[in-house]
Amino acid sequence: MDLYALLAQLLNGLAEASALFLVAAGLSLIFGVSRIVNFAHGSFFMLGMYVAHSLIERLGGGSWRVMGFWGALLLAALVVGLLGALVEMLLLRRIYKAPELFQLLATFALVLVFNDAALWIWGPEDLLGRRAPGLAGAVQLFGRAYPSYNLVLIVVGPAILGLLWVLLTRTRWGVMVRAATHDREMLGALGVNQAWLFTGVFALGCMLAGLGGALQLPREPASLGRDLTTIGDAFVIVVVGGMGSIPGAYLAALLIAEVKSICIGLGTVQLASITISFSKLTLVVEFLIMAVVLVVRPWGLLGRPQATNRHAAPVEAPLRRGSGRYAVAITVSLLAMAALPLLNQSLPYAAVLGQDVLVAILFVVSLHFMMGPGGMHSFGHAAYYGLGAYGAAILVKAAGLPMPLATLAAPLLAGLGAMLFGWFCVRLSGVYLAMLTLAFSQIVWSVVFQWDAVTGGSNGMIGIWPDEWLSGTRYYYLTLVIVALSAYVLRRFLFAPFGYALRAGRDSPLRADAIGIDVKRVQWLAFVIAGVFGGLAGTIYVFSKGSVSPDVISVGKSVDGLVMVLLGGIQALTGPIIGAAVFGVLQDSVMRATDYWRALFGGIILFLVLAFPQGLAGISLQIRSWWQHPRMAMTAERQEKLT
Amino acid sequence: MSDVVEPALLEVSGLNAWYGAAHILFDVALQVRRGEVISLMGRNGAGKSTTLKAIMGLLARRDGQIRFMGRDIAAKEPFQVARMGLGFVPEDRRIFPDLTVTENLETGRQQLRHWPDGSPALNWTPDALYELFPNLGRMQGRRGGQMSGGEQQMLTIARTLMGNPFLVLLDEPSEGVAPVIVEQMAHMILSLKARGASILLSEQNFHFAQLVSDRAYVLEKGQIMYEGSMRELAENDDIQRNYLGV
Repeated sequence: MDLYALLAQLLNGLAEASALFLVAAGLSLIFGVSRIVNFAHGSFFMLGMYVAHSLIERLGGGSWRVMGFWGALLLAALVVGLLGALVEMLLLRRIYKAPELFQLLATFALVLVFNDAALWIWGPEDLLGRRAPGLAGAVQLFGRAYPSYNLVLIVVGPAILGLLWVLLTRTRWGVMVRAATHDREMLGALGVNQAWLFTGVFALGCMLAGLGGALQLPREPASLGRDLTTIGDAFVIVVVGGMGSIPGAYLAALLIAEVKSICIGLGTVQLASITISFSKLTLVVEFLIMAVVLVVRPWGLLGRPQATNRHAAPVEAPLRRGSGRYAVAITVSLLAMAALPLLNQSLPYAAVLGQDVLVAILFVVSLHFMMGPGGMHSFGHAAYYGLGAYGAAILVKAAGLPMPLATLAAPLLAGLGAMLFGWFCVRLSGVYLAMLTLAFSQIVWSVVFQWDAVTGGSNGMIGIWPDEWLSGTRYYYLTLVIVALSAYVLRRFLFAPFGYALRAGRDSPLRADAIGIDVKRVQWLAFVIAGVFGGLAGTIYVFSKGSVSPDVISVGKSVDGLVMVLLGGIQALTGPIIGAAVFGVLQDSVMRATDYWRALFGGIILFLVLAFPQGLAGISLQIRSWWQHPRMAMTAERQEKLT
Repeated sequence: MSDVVEPALLEVSGLNAWYGAAHILFDVALQVRRGEVISLMGRNGAGKSTTLKAIMGLLARRDGQIRFMGRDIAAKEPFQVARMGLGFVPEDRRIFPDLTVTENLETGRQQLRHWPDGSPALNWTPDALYELFPNLGRMQGRRGGQMSGGEQQMLTIARTLMGNPFLVLLDEPSEGVAPVIVEQMAHMILSLKARGASILLSEQNFHFAQLVSDRAYVLEKGQIMYEGSMRELAENDDIQRNYLGV
């Protein structure tokens, strides 16, 4: 590659950085003020593309086409911003006091709803947008043709950065926004109505995302997949730049876009008889950058340590040991699961669904182990599921190991992965930890996706069946036994001294440290345990399906797990089991009922979030507290008389 | 002072409050009249700060009667309470560290106010506050995070005054600052009082309270144990020994 080609690539990087910056800036702004990690931010970007497409088709023709085109882009951004304001007022406002992750769940439901809305309005085909009038061609730069529209994008990023800077530092509204980033409760006590501040910030953030999408339209078609790819990029940039830092977002966008461009520019390079494919590296390079930045500067390039959150959820209630009734409920559920294959005649599908639900339960119980009692939120638990699944497949197919041995070894492989990744992850906390887990799972995914020789690449691997003696319903029963035992063992851990130490570290790391608990080490161990059991779930899965593809390590898989944990309620031990079962059955039945299953599913999640902010397993707790409320007041009264 | 006609500025009765499941305040009752400086006294953990926060609406669970200028505020959000002219200065200062002194003041700014009888309330501008707190005037461009504890304490009071409050709830102004600052605080409160400000402050420092306030309430384990003029309290050794540990 010569120097001019490199320069052209660097310019491409600059243009790319602008688009990424617009999305990330909005996300960062919203997080800074409302502490909401807006999973739907990529959806607003996608909607920006579609809305801009429709508007340009209407306004971008005729003699006014230049004004129509640019006007349509701005109008699209405004429309998306307005939609954001509606979302904030109708949905988010009701759940600000719910635990942080519930807000994540709600915005994830929005992703599903928006995606199907776009499918319904604009159809499944990608939509190519018009070129910008007057900028459709190329300019001569360094003796090469360079798309002139890119030059506009290069300018837009820094221009928006400047505008935001003025808005935040030179206006009263901006001062309020910056104050809210630190202490919203105090701002409220000073007479500021946070509700409208939040609405404004959310609308502005969504507008920026919409503008980013609209500006991208002349370069690439609007497509339904753009929501998730965008949110992935935006998360990485916000974390690398530092949550809440707008200049940090630009810096990170620049860094990532440039490194990607250089990788594309380098292509495949021969280095002392080793071939390195840099263009393949683009799939994973942003996550590598994120991992490095988080390890070296845990708060991002220009971020700063998070202020202690005054609105943190109250200290978790202690876990209760099961009562007699609880044991009865468990026994009945187990018997019911055991009876499922007997329904073979009337409901042949029940056992298949039951098998899937059991695997999901194990996966989610292991995720819950680190999230609930461990307090470590993972967005990348699919990594260990995938390591278990691929580990078993490779051990059986390539290494020729017998199936039982592979079943034992593969989860340990996942555990090794968790040991490596966990060592880095436990050094962080909160959203940063979650993002690092996501980075590691993306790295695993891209290795599996590209290592054709061993993993079969995007085709995956097939023909991985259990041994003869486990054919038929026997494999189902084996699964039932393994899942029940695993759940019991994980539960047992929590009531052992190790579990106490883990929960102490979650509730008060400083005090736990002070009484001699090595919090990081305990968390690391919990991370590894969660990895082993997550891997076991993957191993059971692969033998039940006979095949495996990179999808099992996708972000979607991790998010499914997250949704199941949150549905069930994060601080109830039965939560993950209930969540996985309800999710599995719901998804299955909803998917078969309608083409727009995502929207329906998202709608159900939204309903549950609004109706039961404690999660499904929390319903009983909620009812109990209604029941106890009057009694508590009475106790207080009695106490008073005694004193 | 006439002891008729005008209703109390703040009138609290039967106030109960909880932190989670823990019942902290038991039927607290107190009154502040226009122009008064009242001290809410008691040991650490007696419920002084909790009382102020409960009045402000900053606790998740409370019940009881809270009337401010004749209006019921027991069910109002903190921002609504603040907008009615009830200012709150938290004990832990809670300065916005990224904002400059001027910007911190800006966050507290509210409309000009008039008393129901039409006379203007004590209304503030940044310049007037810089006169009251000369230290702040000298560091208008400095960020809150780069100020000393005493300077932050002054800033947090000035910030609340920007809202032109009819009544200020002042939580432990003398806590954790150097003796010289405590002295300045006392002067500042007396100077506000001279201009007609009304203040309800929580205080552990008996001498400080004695210096600035007209009346006192003494809290112990979330209950009011004593109420009376500051002079009477100064002469009452039993109360001082039992509830204040003087």
